[in-house]
Amino acid sequence: MTRLMMMALVTALTSTPAGSEEPAPALGEPAPAELVQRWDLSVFADGRGLPAGSGDAASGKKIYERHCIACHAAGGAGASGDRLGRAEMGLTDEYPQKTIANFWPYATTLFDFIRRSKPFNNPGSLSNDEVYALTAYLLSLDGVIPEDTVMGRETLLEVIMPNADGFIDVWQGDTMNSEPR
Amino acid sequence: MHSKTPRQPSATELEPVAGNGLLDRRLLLKYGLGFGASGALATLLPAAAAPPARAPWMNEPGDAFSNYGRPSDHEDGVIRWISDNADVAGNGVSWTPLHSLEGTIVPNGLHFERHHNGIPAIDPAAHRLLVHGLVDRELVFDLDRLLRYPMQSRICFIECGGNSNAAWNRTPPQAAVGYFNGLVSNAEWTGIPLRVLLDEAGIKGEAAWLIAEGADAFAMQNSIPLQPALAEGLLALYQNGERLRPENGYPMRLVIPGLEGVRNVKWVRRLMLAAEPVMARNETARYTDLLPSGKARQFAMVMNARALLTFPASGHELPGPGYYQIKGLAWSGRGRISRVEVSADDGASWADAALDEPVLAKAFTRFRLPWRWDGQRVRLKARATDDSGYRQPQRTELIVERGHHAFYHFNGILTFEINPDGTIRHVYDAADDDGAGDGADIDAGWF
Repeated sequence: MTRLMMMALVTALTSTPAGSEEPAPALGEPAPAELVQRWDLSVFADGRGLPAGSGDAASGKKIYERHCIACHAAGGAGASGDRLGRAEMGLTDEYPQKTIANFWPYATTLFDFIRRSKPFNNPGSLSNDEVYALTAYLLSLDGVIPEDTVMGRETLLEVIMPNADGFIDVWQGDTMNSEPR
Repeated sequence: MHSKTPRQPSATELEPVAGNGLLDRRLLLKYGLGFGASGALATLLPAAAAPPARAPWMNEPGDAFSNYGRPSDHEDGVIRWISDNADVAGNGVSWTPLHSLEGTIVPNGLHFERHHNGIPAIDPAAHRLLVHGLVDRELVFDLDRLLRYPMQSRICFIECGGNSNAAWNRTPPQAAVGYFNGLVSNAEWTGIPLRVLLDEAGIKGEAAWLIAEGADAFAMQNSIPLQPALAEGLLALYQNGERLRPENGYPMRLVIPGLEGVRNVKWVRRLMLAAEPVMARNETARYTDLLPSGKARQFAMVMNARALLTFPASGHELPGPGYYQIKGLAWSGRGRISRVEVSADDGASWADAALDEPVLAKAFTRFRLPWRWDGQRVRLKARATDDSGYRQPQRTELIVERGHHAFYHFNGILTFEINPDGTIRHVYDAADDDGAGDGADIDAGWF
């Protein structure tokens, strides 16, 4: 085998990533689309990742009382788990209470988080309809949505959270800690 | 036969370089740590209690070998301090006992923990890593294949964004210094540069964020800017030479040096490239710093420089006046520590501390300074500057800028008051006392 052929073979069998000094084996297997679809739980603020399904606050309240109330208390008042709604103190008060309605910037985050992490003792057990229903219930606690809203992909995307403009992007912006002191 | 008298510093050399007995850091190099110790040694050997010719443990065979060693039983107080959720035991934190450790590498069994819903019992043979999103080829890897990739080692700290959260309180916490500042640890991580795996998948031009997800019950998700992930990120498989501990992400985790702990996703199973952050719960509702204005700082993920006294500090007591070595750790998520200064007079004068080599970027740097305590009440402080020019702020500056409810990203200078009886308290500067409020505790839990 000539030296040139050897080099060609080596190039074919390895990938040499830009910026790395060392060749690496390219051992990743193509991910089947079906695997990606089943694993991908990320819901973006523009609604990417929201599945089909629907639920309303009334059914959400029943699910809440079955799965959530032990840690978050009735009406989202909070106990060992976060206060979720009906804050008695605002964000600029002496002892602020951060809740979904007064703090969370995106309603899509609520769907993403409930679906992936809740309930704590049996995460991943809720159907998409149940997650939409819980999302509706929690948003209705503070009147972010009317109680009779049927929450689904389209209606969730229409929700504008009251604190949507409440965040300062320190990574891409130039406030405070991005400047040397 | 004569024994050579150990050289001792001259009276001139023992002149303090800053107030209340801070001595020149170069004494450590010149005379080692032993100077000034002879007076103390005498009291260790009272004639009445002279040690036997052979200590008892010299008179019988010792223990046999062990397959995996553990610390001496006499060190069983050197433990992580657990603060967990009463209803969900795997939700909470455990603090590294920095006040009991030396050097810069935190032993694996003492590395701090932050879990959102427990430590998953992952079968490494069944674990997969998926790379997808804005890539040319969506790929899946198993552990056996990943172990064949070229690896790199990196010594760096990982600090929880919520470390030292109690220092935002109006009343100074009095726990041992590691038990309110020890959500930071430093280790040698070994793994595959993320760039290698992402390049294999082919990064599309519009990709700017890496969204990572763990295989824990929380399915912990977080967004990481692509730039630091590509520049320095590792898919870590080893921690201080051995495979990751379960509580630190076994069998694989992200390590992005300098970024807050939550971005260093443990038990990682999915990496998704995207044009924008996913706006996960842990980068919106949490890990954001509420300001007095009602706005919140978001993506404040670079852990800024700080120096932390580990001795003397809360958790210790001084036996009496005399010579001590002041010690601590400094680190910065921006780069190398360039300077640590220590004050023993409440910030009126400062002396440069000696920095142990090597001083590594985004890693613990051990600092030391000799000190002669005269037994009076003194206030010790340490402050760090890094090679980006960032200087650690006073607590007052942070409070003025961010109020009392930021909860995350505290890196202010701490003050420890040594009382004449040798007890030590964590105190705030007089200027820190804004007179408002009732001293209530922090307003948000970990959970």
